[in-house]
Amino acid sequence: MDNKSGVGLASAFDRNIVVQALADSFKKLNPKTLVKNPVMFVVEVVAVVSTYVVAQSAIGHQPSSLSFDAQITVWLWITVLFANFAEAIAEGRGKAQAEALRKARAETFARKLENGKEVNVPATELSKDDIVVCEAGDVIPADGLVVEGIASVDESAITGESAPVIRESGEERNAVTGGTKVLSDRIVIRIIAEQGSTFMDKIISLVEGAKRQKTPNEIALTILLSALTIVFLLAVATFPPFMHYSGKASGISVNEYVSLPILDSLLVCLIPTTIGGLLSAIGISGMDRLIRKNVIATSGRAAEAAGDVDVLLLDKTGTITLGNRMASDFLPAPGIPVERLADAAQLSSIADETPEGRSIVILAKERYGMRAKEVRDVGATFIPFSAQTKMSGVEIPALDGLGPRSIRKGSGEAMKKFVTEIGKTFPQSVQKNLEEIARQGSTPLVVVENGEVLGIVQLKDIVKGGIKERFAQLRKMGIKTVMITGDNALTAAAIAAEAGVDDFIAEAKPEDKLARIRQEQASGHLVGMIGDGTNDAPALAQADVGIAMNSGTQAAREAGNMVDLDSNPTKLIEVVETGKKLLMTRGALTTFSIANDVSKYFAIIPAMTGALYAFGKPYGPLSALNIMKLGSPESAILSAVIFNAIIIILLVPLALKGVKYRPVGASAVLRRNLLVYGLGGIIAPFIGIKLIDILVNALRLV
Amino acid sequence: MKFGTLDVLQVALFILSLAVLTPIIGSFMAKVFSGEKHFMKSFLGKTEELIYRVCRINPAEEMNWKEYTFALLAFNFAGFILLLLFQEVQQILPFNPQHLPAVSWDLAINTAVSFVTNTNWQSYAGETTMSNFVQMVGLTVQNFLSAATGIVVILPFIRGIIRKTTDDIGNFWVDVTRTTLYILLPLSVILAIILVGQGTVQTLTHYHTVKAITGQGQVIPVGPAASQIAIKQLGSNGGGFFNANGAHPFENPTPLTDFLEMLSILLIASGLVYTYGRLIGSMKQALVIWSVMLVLFVSMLSVSLYSEWTFHPAYASTPTMEGKETRFGITNSVLWEVATTSASNGSVNAMHDSMTPLSGMVALVNMMTGEVIFGGVGAGLYGMFHFILLTVFIAGLMVGRTPEYLGKKIEAYEVKMAVIGVVAPSAAILVFTAIGVITRGGISSLNNSGPHGFSEILYAFTSAAANNGSAFAGLNTNTVFYNLSQSAGMVIGRYSVIVPVLAISGSLARKKSIPPSPGTFPTDSPLFGFLLIGIIIIISALTFFPALALGPIVEHFLMLAGKTF
Repeated sequence: MDNKSGVGLASAFDRNIVVQALADSFKKLNPKTLVKNPVMFVVEVVAVVSTYVVAQSAIGHQPSSLSFDAQITVWLWITVLFANFAEAIAEGRGKAQAEALRKARAETFARKLENGKEVNVPATELSKDDIVVCEAGDVIPADGLVVEGIASVDESAITGESAPVIRESGEERNAVTGGTKVLSDRIVIRIIAEQGSTFMDKIISLVEGAKRQKTPNEIALTILLSALTIVFLLAVATFPPFMHYSGKASGISVNEYVSLPILDSLLVCLIPTTIGGLLSAIGISGMDRLIRKNVIATSGRAAEAAGDVDVLLLDKTGTITLGNRMASDFLPAPGIPVERLADAAQLSSIADETPEGRSIVILAKERYGMRAKEVRDVGATFIPFSAQTKMSGVEIPALDGLGPRSIRKGSGEAMKKFVTEIGKTFPQSVQKNLEEIARQGSTPLVVVENGEVLGIVQLKDIVKGGIKERFAQLRKMGIKTVMITGDNALTAAAIAAEAGVDDFIAEAKPEDKLARIRQEQASGHLVGMIGDGTNDAPALAQADVGIAMNSGTQAAREAGNMVDLDSNPTKLIEVVETGKKLLMTRGALTTFSIANDVSKYFAIIPAMTGALYAFGKPYGPLSALNIMKLGSPESAILSAVIFNAIIIILLVPLALKGVKYRPVGASAVLRRNLLVYGLGGIIAPFIGIKLIDILVNALRLV
Repeated sequence: MKFGTLDVLQVALFILSLAVLTPIIGSFMAKVFSGEKHFMKSFLGKTEELIYRVCRINPAEEMNWKEYTFALLAFNFAGFILLLLFQEVQQILPFNPQHLPAVSWDLAINTAVSFVTNTNWQSYAGETTMSNFVQMVGLTVQNFLSAATGIVVILPFIRGIIRKTTDDIGNFWVDVTRTTLYILLPLSVILAIILVGQGTVQTLTHYHTVKAITGQGQVIPVGPAASQIAIKQLGSNGGGFFNANGAHPFENPTPLTDFLEMLSILLIASGLVYTYGRLIGSMKQALVIWSVMLVLFVSMLSVSLYSEWTFHPAYASTPTMEGKETRFGITNSVLWEVATTSASNGSVNAMHDSMTPLSGMVALVNMMTGEVIFGGVGAGLYGMFHFILLTVFIAGLMVGRTPEYLGKKIEAYEVKMAVIGVVAPSAAILVFTAIGVITRGGISSLNNSGPHGFSEILYAFTSAAANNGSAFAGLNTNTVFYNLSQSAGMVIGRYSVIVPVLAISGSLARKKSIPPSPGTFPTDSPLFGFLLIGIIIIISALTFFPALALGPIVEHFLMLAGKTF
């Protein structure tokens, strides 16, 4: 993941994006848009005031401090521009992502059905409930539902998955996405989204930041930052009266120390410009990081809520275990050679196209070198699985001197019933084995030939590699995992233990999922889940973070607040991590921003007050506060303002990338971030301001 | 004179006594608030029921936060009006042996606001301005009620934390009645009796006139002092019966009374932290808060002691004895100073104006933190809640989750309210001081010049907005300008903190409670305590550093250079 964002970062600074961002930085000076960011708006107001003062002096009032005031003013404007640039570059990256997606749509023409006749119209002119036709080679013009036909569709444009998927009319697989391509056959589609609100448009507007609304945490943080701004506004506004009093007491005039550009500098250095300037960039890049993982959140709120999720509901199949059970062992009944069991099992499974069936054929081949015989040629009849008998099998006519063979396989219960009904016995040891296998969490299939029980094929759920470690990490992060499965309790418990989940729901019905989510929420938890089926829709809607797989049904996709284009169930975990990273970055930069203020006081206050109570000496007592030994009052103030501006641009990469996230407990994360951003935030500007001051003096800027 | 073993022992004994008494009084208060059985109930249980019946209060009825706030404000407003009235007509009321006339309107407003807000700033000399009636029925009663008001505010907050999805945060009348009846009254009676036993005066007779050594007559004021002193110490009120407050031998006759009066300043505030832990069901949480308070207290005390005991060439005698309580010595003067300013008490046994600049700064900083170092009764803890929520919010984000405190999510609304609670008093201090130092009305009251004069004005408004009530002295504040501006400061300092706490309480009570997990931001660890200290210091320092630089800091540097003011 980190690699990916690293690559993304490199591309973020490619020329086009930077040039565009530079232009946008100036456009964003428009006070109407800037007012949404109270901290930077204050900086802009202050910069305007300073500009006015400089213009006044230039006309002829006070030329002595003109150069200094002008430099301050320039840096104040640069502070605003840097903040704008941070936001613009984050938006630029999103736009670049969106452009690529949009291209797929730009040239699309739709074959719209009007009164039974096909008319060619641009895709952008389609409206809801229009009917269009797509044939092999056509790009699907907009999101819709298949109402007629079946086709294979290449969805790699949005999923990155090259294997085509089947889309057909009916309930389950009827959703198609605009921008994907029909590979074969012909389908008729009913458009379900207004233009401008199709799936792709949603993505585009979200990544571009155009429709971005502030998330709850962002609002709370903005309140805090505004309050700090007000506090510092008061501290700075009340300072001139304090200074005038002190000036009178020391017998000097303090006008030159409380000039508007100096007060402006003090204010801008104190208010939290670092986090204020980077806040929206952090939010935009959070969404961007999700998209890089091929997950689209329908709102920033969902991305943020992901960080809060502390219970994950995970479907067993596909998430915790590989999609299907695999044959893992043959357990013959007493007196039956294992080869005979394997042979019969293989024969009965040849026509079985399910992964389970195939795995039996493969296991028999691998273990005992058995080749699947071409039984079709000898007139064998296959008996497919039926819900009534709960078994499948094969009937092989007499052949090569052997009698006719009638092989059946099915669940233990079904086969027991079958065997006893025809008056044969079901061996005790087989019964024992059945129970043992169930205890291990596997599924037994009993094989019977001509009424004789041959033994058991053990089908095992294969737990995905590395999943156990993943769950251990989640536990450290304070996230509880709940496995949902249709298996019986015994099986479920065994797999749960092997995978290391915290809890499971066995024999789960769709209502159980919903009930569990409600129950967890009632006790204060935030629940995340991923789902695909229509019957997942209520649960997805109820969950705080519901991720629908793109391969899933339209109902599921609309119910969730995120869509995973890769349809990869383990994505949920990455989504949670991304959400946490987003919040951590905000917290870290806020802490850094506030901690920075300590040094700025030590730079600016002695510069402003150093002349007080000097009583004839060159320096007053408060110049002792100049612990950085900055060159002169002017250079001290200028250095602080310059540091304050360039720290924004220096931290842009961090804002875009997010702070490093490690799956450890909250205490450890806090300790580390406090050390880096808290203590670091206090110390770094002391060094930075000192270095800039050396440079400012060396270049004789003041 | 040197700082010696005895001084260390005195400080140690003080802190030890506080630590021992905290759980005792804390667990008793927890029982009172939760309505459990406790020994006081057998004496006063009937009285409690009678009060409810007479006042037609249904103790089982719960209030939402708006009703609770309205009841509190109405209760305080009624107290204000009554107090104002008493002062204006004291000449026709009984118990006025000296026939003191009606109090001037601006002073009356100032005094009424001051006592209702638990500030007890006194722009007047008690013995020459207020009749015994006003002192007893007016001021002493408000000493109880303003203290009770402060204490009860923490109860809705606690209920907000332990309750889930409800609007109910308790019944103000029940909370106030129980606090006054079971906690403040018995403790005051006990303390008053000890004080009387030690020689503090308690009488309703005329002032005595005696022949002084020079042969002239001297008036010796007396009055019902012990009863008022007990509650003014316990209830973090601080308004003395006599102008000299704790330095007056009739208020504070012996080293034992000095020790007990100092201990009383912090007793309830400290005990309430224990109560808090008990009621929310986590002593570890309370221990962290208490430790934060103690660490800040000891740090401030150390700075002040260091500054007072250090040789300063600017002064002829070292250490400086000017303004100190000579009967009890420097250490006890400093200890009282730090206790009274950290605890929003405001009583004094030495003149803060005469302390060294750094020591004076300690007093200022104690108040500028919003009085959360133990703080006023209740007020210290509820002020601390604001800081805790801000700390949880800023640091909580850093662990990658929506910040939460004790299972309750801290969102925009809580942040907004906590910020108001922290910022509004600071704003009042800065703005009023700025007006004070540039207007004729502000400066004309000054006795000292230079940075010391600046500190005097800064101190006056800080004391008002922090509801402390102690004076730096050296400033005549009985003027229309100061009486009114300070009244405004006191009201802002009190209610702009209380109302947001109650609003937060209501909001917390409505929320669901999230069970803790390893991903939860821990608020019961030393790390959190460390963080909380950091946030308190950084926010206060960032707000007030410029003002402090031009007051005590520059004065300190000047003193080192040999110049005093």
